[in-house]
Amino acid sequence: MERRDFFKFMGATGALLSGTTAQAASHNPDFDPNEGVGVLTDFTECIGCRECEWACKDAHNMETPPLESYKDKSVFAEYRRPDEKGYTVVNRFAGKGCGEIDLDVKVQCMHCNDPACVSACIVGALEKQDFGPVTYDAWKCIGCRYCMVACPFEIPAYEYDNALDPLVQKCDMCITRLELGQVPACVEICPRNAMTFGKRGDLIKLAHQKITENPDKYIDHVYGEHELGGTAWMFISCEPFEELKFPKLQEASVVRLPESIQHGIFKYFIPPAMFYGFLGLIMHLTKPKSDESQESETEVHHD
Amino acid sequence: MTEHAMAAPLKQKYFTPGVLVLTALFGTAVVIALIRFVFGLGAVTNLNTQYPWGIWIAIDVASGVALAAGGFTSAFLIHILHKEEYHVLSRPALLTAMLGYTFVVLGLLVDLGRYYNVWHPVLPSMWQGNSALFEVGMCVMTYLTVLYIEFIPIVAEEYRDRVNLPIFKFLNKPLGRLLAFLDTKMGKIMFIFIILGVVLSFMHQSSLGALMVLVKTKMHPLWWSPILALEFLLSAIAVGFPMIIVESLAASRSFKLKPEMSVLSPFARYVPITLGLYLATRFANLTIRGTWGYAFDGSLESWFFLAEIFFGGILPFILFLQEKVRRSPLMLFIAALLVVLGVVFNRINVYLVAYKPVYLAERYVPTLWEILVTVGLVSGLILVYRFLVIHLPVIHAGRKSS
Repeated sequence: MERRDFFKFMGATGALLSGTTAQAASHNPDFDPNEGVGVLTDFTECIGCRECEWACKDAHNMETPPLESYKDKSVFAEYRRPDEKGYTVVNRFAGKGCGEIDLDVKVQCMHCNDPACVSACIVGALEKQDFGPVTYDAWKCIGCRYCMVACPFEIPAYEYDNALDPLVQKCDMCITRLELGQVPACVEICPRNAMTFGKRGDLIKLAHQKITENPDKYIDHVYGEHELGGTAWMFISCEPFEELKFPKLQEASVVRLPESIQHGIFKYFIPPAMFYGFLGLIMHLTKPKSDESQESETEVHHD
Repeated sequence: MTEHAMAAPLKQKYFTPGVLVLTALFGTAVVIALIRFVFGLGAVTNLNTQYPWGIWIAIDVASGVALAAGGFTSAFLIHILHKEEYHVLSRPALLTAMLGYTFVVLGLLVDLGRYYNVWHPVLPSMWQGNSALFEVGMCVMTYLTVLYIEFIPIVAEEYRDRVNLPIFKFLNKPLGRLLAFLDTKMGKIMFIFIILGVVLSFMHQSSLGALMVLVKTKMHPLWWSPILALEFLLSAIAVGFPMIIVESLAASRSFKLKPEMSVLSPFARYVPITLGLYLATRFANLTIRGTWGYAFDGSLESWFFLAEIFFGGILPFILFLQEKVRRSPLMLFIAALLVVLGVVFNRINVYLVAYKPVYLAERYVPTLWEILVTVGLVSGLILVYRFLVIHLPVIHAGRKSS
């Protein structure tokens, strides 16, 4: 408990110190993601009360059914995903918990260190803030949905039924709460303290400490520590993550290759300019000699 | 040069039974687009969180851009390499590219959720140099402008001496003078735009492939590759000439002109080179990456891959090598059409078939409405093309069908 409060404090302070308007690129070389904030979710602590789902909607001014209605466990019959009407969901994996009990698994945006959605976005509407969250600026967005195509976790959802002002919808780590020095709504409401908010570097240490202290309870894998260059939101569990429908992913970031291709081809516009000059040279050299009297060699005049 | 000077308005009647059918199809697309703009994308498409992109992106945008490649490939051959013998193909190819990109933008506007923000990428405050899509957007905007500039002389040539505005009669003379000026002077600087068009095409044709490099974890290994950009560029180059052939033969038939076989047959000899280069690159890449095994595992993807490679690649490659095929209008048309459909098939495969959602509920299949919008946009393009070649000097006339 004490530790949790400590991380709460550290994280929120860190968030304030780093400033909230930082215009960080996904790969800002000066930016150490471990200095940013994140959340560690311990699935073994989750009891599937789904109060986090309620708190999330409430914090984002979404249509929020009464808290009572979240006691309904029938929703666990189907595997659910976050969507445009709710940024986080808890799924129940029957009998997959430590010792034959149920394992409840909360999912939301991972807030990647190298977010594919940010790299994809044509107008920079999606941004990785230096202090952790991946945020969305609807005012810039053109609605191309390339972020959704790019996301390896299939998180961004879209308001397909909104004709005039459709938004990309996903967890923003409660950035407005962070700015007020508060922790994300789901972290705050959790009755089991299944989630710890704090500096990513500290959370990784905490995760490994928990695993080392309880080697029989946890599998030795902090999901999100290395996946695709790491994520700000991480998980520990007593069951392999593939069993819990998490994609098995490479450690290398997916954004480096396309970004280096992009920057290699267009570096200061030198390669396209050189290609332009090269074509101009060919055009000049292959020009038929008999054409001297012609006014133009390229387009033709009326007769 | 003399041949080109013979490009003239076809002066045929516009409406035929076929044109009425195309008009009806285009009208249908307009109605569906209106429904989409009033009720949202969800009302007419099968798009969802798993499949954010459907056929409007794979066909209307990605294939549309590829099939407009006749513009820059012919500009390279005819204007940069000065292969004057193919001059008659230049203006139809330019018109196809100009209309192709115009309809790509129209299709994109239907698909974009916040279409009214489509201009945002030009604002320096929103530039996002890491995004391949940003590069595509900027290039397509610039290239479309270049294509319209390249088209000005065709309009100027036709109307310089007979500007006849209905109400603004006082503008007739200055406008006529402007057109005459453009007609005589633009040729001198046109090379700037012609080279620019080729450079821009290289850039965004490849970037349309680079787009999907980012999607590595969600793509089938038969299509994902770090050199997708190169493969998209080479396939665009390969489809450029076949598209010009298809369009020339189709126009000849529609307007009852003699097929331009004396030009098209030698022109077709280039296709095995460009198509061969593309196929060799694909094959080498599959070999180096060791992904051939997926091609024969009996999955849906493997069959789509084999069909794409055989019918859209190997078969037309063999056909184009045959002298007999290159001399027969029908055979040449079939061979060229195979390449065209093969590249469309490739774009559909890369953007839709190879795309594997993480939490797949059911595969995306387009709705009838999505298909009708795509068909309607193609119909609209043909209608505008027909109108323009009837009224402007685009097609090499004076070759009445025997």
